[in-house]
Amino acid sequence: MKKLRSVMAVSMIVSAGIAAAGARDYIYVVGSSTVYPFATVVAERFGKSTKFKTPKIESTGSGGGMKLFCQGVGVKHPDITNASRRIKKSEFDKCQANGVKDIVEIKIGYDGIAIANSKKAPRFKLSRKDIFLALAKDVPDPKAPESGKLVPNPYSTWDEINPELPSYKIEVLGPPPTSGTRDAFAELAMEGGCKTFAWIKQIKKDSKAAKKSGDKKLAKQLKNKYKAICHGVREDGRYIEAGENDNLIVQKLEANPKALGVFGYSYLEQNEDRIQGSQIDGVLPEFELIANGEYPVSRPLFFYAKKMHVGKIPGIKEFLVEFTSEQAWGDEGYLIDKGLIPMPAEERKKYGKAAKQLIPMKF
Amino acid sequence: MSKLIKATVKRGQIREAVEHSLIKRKKRNRRFRALGLSAIILGMLFVGVMFASIISKGYSAFWRTEIQLPIHFDPAVIDPQNTGNPEVLASANYQKLVKDALRKQFPEVKKRKEKRNLYRLVSSGAAGQLRRLVLKDASVIDTTQNLWLIADDDVDQYYKHGQSQSRLKEKQLAWLAQLRAKGDLRSRFNASFFSTGDSREPELAGIRGAVVGSFFVILVTLGLSLPLGVAAAIYLEEFSRRNRWTNLIEININNLAAVPSIVFGLLGLAVFINFFGLPRSAPLVGGLVLTLMTLPTIIIASRAALKSVPPSIREAALGMGASKMQTTFHHVLPLAMPGILTGSIIGMAQALGETAPLLMIGMVAFIVDIPGSIMDPATVLPVQIYLWADSPERAFTERTSAAILVLLTFLVLMNLLAIRLRRKWEKRW
Repeated sequence: MKKLRSVMAVSMIVSAGIAAAGARDYIYVVGSSTVYPFATVVAERFGKSTKFKTPKIESTGSGGGMKLFCQGVGVKHPDITNASRRIKKSEFDKCQANGVKDIVEIKIGYDGIAIANSKKAPRFKLSRKDIFLALAKDVPDPKAPESGKLVPNPYSTWDEINPELPSYKIEVLGPPPTSGTRDAFAELAMEGGCKTFAWIKQIKKDSKAAKKSGDKKLAKQLKNKYKAICHGVREDGRYIEAGENDNLIVQKLEANPKALGVFGYSYLEQNEDRIQGSQIDGVLPEFELIANGEYPVSRPLFFYAKKMHVGKIPGIKEFLVEFTSEQAWGDEGYLIDKGLIPMPAEERKKYGKAAKQLIPMKF
Repeated sequence: MSKLIKATVKRGQIREAVEHSLIKRKKRNRRFRALGLSAIILGMLFVGVMFASIISKGYSAFWRTEIQLPIHFDPAVIDPQNTGNPEVLASANYQKLVKDALRKQFPEVKKRKEKRNLYRLVSSGAAGQLRRLVLKDASVIDTTQNLWLIADDDVDQYYKHGQSQSRLKEKQLAWLAQLRAKGDLRSRFNASFFSTGDSREPELAGIRGAVVGSFFVILVTLGLSLPLGVAAAIYLEEFSRRNRWTNLIEININNLAAVPSIVFGLLGLAVFINFFGLPRSAPLVGGLVLTLMTLPTIIIASRAALKSVPPSIREAALGMGASKMQTTFHHVLPLAMPGILTGSIIGMAQALGETAPLLMIGMVAFIVDIPGSIMDPATVLPVQIYLWADSPERAFTERTSAAILVLLTFLVLMNLLAIRLRRKWEKRW
């Protein structure tokens, strides 16, 4: 009897749930954990200063967010997804196939990736080549770097790579492969150093040439080879995956002054009294230098909105306007206080217009 | 041994042999007791270190720093047309009032950059304080009032921990010293920590949203798993016949209790969200997932409690002519209730501290509004702790520890309740 009654109760609750899922009066945002600290600030202000409800923001990672976003149109699916990289062609196509037609692309600013150590130790002056040689899985043979021969990374201290660097053991704490920060780090810092070897760069050129001549298979093969060389991180314990928690990396750096850490600029800014960012190719990770593009390891941040949800879910348009207003992403806006690096005024104008007029993106 | 005894008997030295082995045995006894004691001491030490670390880091979050400023409620800013319309009052630029007051306090600040640093002393939540004040009582407009406003998190950290941990600039420190000298800087109990939802500004962030979310989730879990679990236990223990099927079910229930909780999260994502189409982040779905997780615990505890009721009770009831069902519900179940409740409360405490399955169903989200029902998006206490621990702002460290303290308090209370219930109702046979 009791069981029967509770079974009935469960089915009633479930059916009530399905009925209630038919409406949603708040904006639903998913996506990158890097954009999360910025999107949440905008959401909070938006909720407090307008008559709309505060948007719900889930931190799912860029890839996970795209997957949810492109699943379809309707109240069940998110209205906006944040990304710490541009949408991929494959993702865009999947969106289109699932009926998510008009996507508004907004770039919100830049995020610098800092390579930092404790203030108790001297500041590192690195080049992207140093970073590549210190962290790559396989490196060009040190005896004959241009011979085209790769050997497993033989370096164990920094001064073996570059005599000007300290004689510390190579020990770098950084994000795991699932993280967007890691992708950007591999692409910008490591690949940047990797490309300085002419023969590795040639692989990429060959791949492009093959693509042009129509040999897709060879092009893909070469491209994968290039990626494996440039993006492969060593797995012998010199690069330590410290999880997605950047605060943890900061604490570990303080405890171990000889180690370096890789994380977003906003964490460096919050902990400036304890840690210092390394110079990369002669440029420090400082606000102005990241903003004007001199600092080489920085990446753009985006969000994508579904135009088809505008008018169905209240407040989307207003939320976009708030996000792209000067008081948010302008040179002195509140997002900048939270560590976002602003775009130049011209870019802001372009994307601000896209947000106001809901101009769909083209691939 | 026997050889030894024979040899000693031969020499007539039994007494010595016994004494010899006695010393050894006593030594062993002492050694074992010392090991046991040191294990307990070590365990207590770890617990002590954990609590000391959490409390020492977290207690300061229960205080907040406030700055006193004379605020002029300028009608030209709040309601220039003198409409008295609450909507106009709500959307006015209260930030400007705070800025004006700060500039008046420190008239020497002229440069743009310096002004920005000055404005940063007061939290952006101060505007909300003023808005609430005006909406509550419009007569404050056009008056000047001395108000205590929430300080920014950097100021808060400086006030609590001193200069060593501060990100403030020298000028800002000088302004704060001036305020302090005038008695315009104080520390007060942080009531808003318990009354507001999440925020990205550490000084405004509170745990109310997470506590209410946890409450709804536990409510759903309790409402579903207690009746289902008890019914299943009664059926298996009192009514079912022992055969291959019930054995199989029993083995499966025991196995389910050992399944990692993340698996239930994946199951919940596939069944409740993707198949039934329930909304993500809703306490209902969280409750359903945790129900799956706690059911085996409750069934096993309830069965043990039912089993401990002596058969003589059942036989007496049956002998007096009661039906099987009357026997169970009038006699056996009431006697087993304390055990069942203890098991359920411990199961609930486990569910309260669970994060992993909730990650899968979208409860790791930034939610400011306090949930009003089991369908509203919500987060729960352990997830809130996880989110704060990952925030860049330094001041979130103490809030993380404070939230852990709140969670631990709830867990301790629930366990105390379980112990009390057992003490009060338990019968020994």
